[in-house]
Amino acid sequence: MNVTVKYFAVCHEMLDRSEEEMDLPEGATVETILKRLEEEWPEIAEFYEVMQMSVNWEYATENTELAEGDEVALIPPVTGGSDV
Amino acid sequence: MFKITTEVITGAEVREAVEGPDAGAVVLFFGTVRNNTDGRAVRCLEYEAYPPMAEKKMAEIAQEISEKWGIDRVAMVHRVGKLEIGEVSVAVAVASPHRKDGFEACKYAMDRLKQIVPIWKREVWADGEAEWVKPDAVFFDAPKRHKTAPQTD
Repeated sequence: MNVTVKYFAVCHEMLDRSEEEMDLPEGATVETILKRLEEEWPEIAEFYEVMQMSVNWEYATENTELAEGDEVALIPPVTGGSDV
Repeated sequence: MFKITTEVITGAEVREAVEGPDAGAVVLFFGTVRNNTDGRAVRCLEYEAYPPMAEKKMAEIAQEISEKWGIDRVAMVHRVGKLEIGEVSVAVAVASPHRKDGFEACKYAMDRLKQIVPIWKREVWADGEAEWVKPDAVFFDAPKRHKTAPQTD
């Protein structure tokens, strides 16, 4: 199955791309994507602790199962708004 | 109205979105770009968002406010892109029958926005360096990506 994976802010910078299509095996979860990224770029694992994931615009866990056409995103710590 | 925009925020848009005859108070909040962070001079800020998810999460915050205070008139707009010192990055408007609930709900909206709405801020310092910010601290610098297998050292 194919899913779209989006990278924002520091993740975009680290991976040098803002999104990509991934072809995943049936039964794949968010963790499948994390492991694949780790193969390409091992240091990303140290970011996983502070990062969240989303599937179809909703926060997800590494156990969230994926389906054809899902939109997944790596969400670094959010810092919008104003520091007052 | 829950919106991510590249346009200048005047506040009129969120105020008009919450106006109504049952309102006795309209609380408006603007977040603006400050010229320093903990004393270090800032040249400008760059905001990035995940727009569809950000707008969805803003709507969820409004739903939480509706459940907590019974207030249904809430609007939020956040700007993305490069912002200069003094420009408005975010505006929140809450209209309520009485001011106390409006002030509380507006503060709640901003607190929640910083927790769950996917928007990121990059500080460009006056000396030309730049870094992504994380809550309570500057996000550690991104280590260099290996394009090949990891090194063993």
